[in-house]
Amino acid sequence: MKKDIILCGVGGQGILSIATIIGEAATEAGIYLKQAEVHGMSQRGGDVQSNLRLSTDPIWSDQIPTGEADVIISMEPMEALRYISYLRHDGIIVTSNKPFVNIPNYPDEAALKSELDTLPNVQLDIEAIAAELKSAKSANMVLLGMAAPYIGILTVEQLRKAVSVIFARKGDAVVEANLRAFDRGVEASKK
Amino acid sequence: MEKRLLLGDEAIALGAIHAGLSGVYAYPGTPSTEITEFIQTNKEAIERGVRSRWCTNEKTAMEAALGMSYCGKRALVCMKHVGMNVCADAFVNSAITGVNGGVVVLAADDPSMHSSQNEQDSRFYGKFAMIPIFEPSNQQEAYDMMSSAFELSERLKEPVLLRVVTRLAHSRAAVEVKKAADQNKLNPATDNAHWVLLPGNARRNYLDLIDKQNDMMKASCESSTNDIITINNSDKGKWIGIVACGIGYNYVREALNGIKDNEDNYMIMKLTQYPMPVEGIKQMAEVCSEILVVEDGQPVVEEEVKKLVDTSYKVEGRLTGRLPRTGELNPDNVSLGLGKENNPLFKPAKNLAGRPPQLCQGCGHRDVYTALGEVVKEYENARVFGDIGCYTLGALPPFKALASCVDMGASITMAKGAADAGLWPAIAVIGDSTFTHSGMTGLLDAVNDNSNVTIIISDNLTTGMTGGQDSAGLNKYEAICLGLGVDPDHVRVVVPLPKNMPEITQILREEINYKGVSVIIPRRECIQVAARHARERAKQNNK
Repeated sequence: MKKDIILCGVGGQGILSIATIIGEAATEAGIYLKQAEVHGMSQRGGDVQSNLRLSTDPIWSDQIPTGEADVIISMEPMEALRYISYLRHDGIIVTSNKPFVNIPNYPDEAALKSELDTLPNVQLDIEAIAAELKSAKSANMVLLGMAAPYIGILTVEQLRKAVSVIFARKGDAVVEANLRAFDRGVEASKK
Repeated sequence: MEKRLLLGDEAIALGAIHAGLSGVYAYPGTPSTEITEFIQTNKEAIERGVRSRWCTNEKTAMEAALGMSYCGKRALVCMKHVGMNVCADAFVNSAITGVNGGVVVLAADDPSMHSSQNEQDSRFYGKFAMIPIFEPSNQQEAYDMMSSAFELSERLKEPVLLRVVTRLAHSRAAVEVKKAADQNKLNPATDNAHWVLLPGNARRNYLDLIDKQNDMMKASCESSTNDIITINNSDKGKWIGIVACGIGYNYVREALNGIKDNEDNYMIMKLTQYPMPVEGIKQMAEVCSEILVVEDGQPVVEEEVKKLVDTSYKVEGRLTGRLPRTGELNPDNVSLGLGKENNPLFKPAKNLAGRPPQLCQGCGHRDVYTALGEVVKEYENARVFGDIGCYTLGALPPFKALASCVDMGASITMAKGAADAGLWPAIAVIGDSTFTHSGMTGLLDAVNDNSNVTIIISDNLTTGMTGGQDSAGLNKYEAICLGLGVDPDHVRVVVPLPKNMPEITQILREEINYKGVSVIIPRRECIQVAARHARERAKQNNK
């Protein structure tokens, strides 16, 4: 079994934390993993993405070939569209529906939404949920929770455990807040 | 055996520590920065006293590493590919002196120029210096190769180049790690003739280096990571040869996994240690009807393979268009090169806009460019020569401030040359870390010529672009400028904040109108680093 995942968003939105958590869960589960990141210049308010490959067999390429990603997990709706050539025809987009507008030529939001709706997708206002939980920084964990059932090769419970492991050194309160966010994401994806 | 999830860069760092490293010498540069950062914070490295502070530039790094090697200890030098240009003098000559303790020079190339101004291939430098080159195909090999590279360096008494590319440097995978070996003991060299490169000595050493070429070839042929793999699909099919270098090997295996109902047979040479095993290539050419060379970067191996076979023999790769001439390899372009059809894709998105990197909101460089923009428009021929760092983003909207950006330090010297040619005002913008890296010598030239230039050292107290590493000249900038002979009346310090705009623009005007060298230092800490420092202080206070 193999799952190829594209994680994307804007620099500073917490993409790499999601990658770290999935990485921890994969290592704990003893499956193969390759995770390619983009560092450096792109972090400054630019688009960021990470290629995450999980498999029960050895993995060759660090990068996912086009048309082979099972899931695109995106912190931002336009960023999800940027990687659409990577998505399998039977794949799915799991994304925040809230645009992050830091450029003057951001596309028309209604047109963006209707284009996204022509594609297999699950959308949620993760920032609103995080705000409701009084934990704005945990929006990325809401997204991970939403995506968890689609990752498949790892169980929701394995991912949940990895959330607590990764945030453990930041103290119990941070772990609790992130687990609550994760759980709300999981619930939301069931609806 | 313990397994750890490591970036390629981290695997290199840990591999070096476990190989008995005594010191790492480096200047930050994407995609190599994380190697030195890992060593700086790694518990084992700290306990073992591994020297790891950032250097002023790649040349000082290479030379200090050579000094450590002279004393019998193992040293690692890390840089991005263009850093090789900066340390080239020391690098090439280290092959003539040879080494005592092992020296590994790590060059991280950036094909596709994710964060760079060119995609030069460091393997050319290895060939040029006539030393062995290692090129791992994955994180495990990167870890393991550090000890093999140090061993080979000490056996041959030559430095070894280890080349990686961005995709390996910045990709994570599980790595099996070993126990750390002891560091070498202090054992300074005594053979002065080898280390004093007077022509008479250098001629002898150069002949030695040429003699060692056979040993280097033998080491490549015997390398456990240079391998020949055959995929025999059908007795009827023809044989295709593939030379797959470094991570190119992964893309080849990925592509061949996906090729179905194929009658072709493949003979793959996985090439991870150079010089290239020539005999293996000749044998491949006898068995196979063509050879495809898959290498990330420039066509170094493709050109070499062409020289080994008849002109009528088909050698394919980046030079023939089977693979793209520029840009990094990826699973798509390699599988196309192998004749595989692409997967069916969704149509490209219509509602999409580029999201270029930007200066952070609240960054001091922004205020510098705002002030500069206001003043520069008052002078018809004003040009602002830029440099390498976050502030290069001043070339993009909304500022569009820069006339040039070439290499580390070129802002000052290009402004000087332009002033020599009669341009006025000639303005340079350079960051603090870039100034100490390669700007100081140019400033001395300008002072000696009394060039009519205005130099802005935009000081954010850090090396910002690569993530906030220590800046070598911290708190020393006024002293450096005065020491180099800039008139004290024309070394001006300002605080780049919107509320100080009237003062900053006034000083800019005054110094542009001054006929000579002036230096303006806008100084305010990088907001990312300031936030990190605040978090660290809060943590300290909580303890």
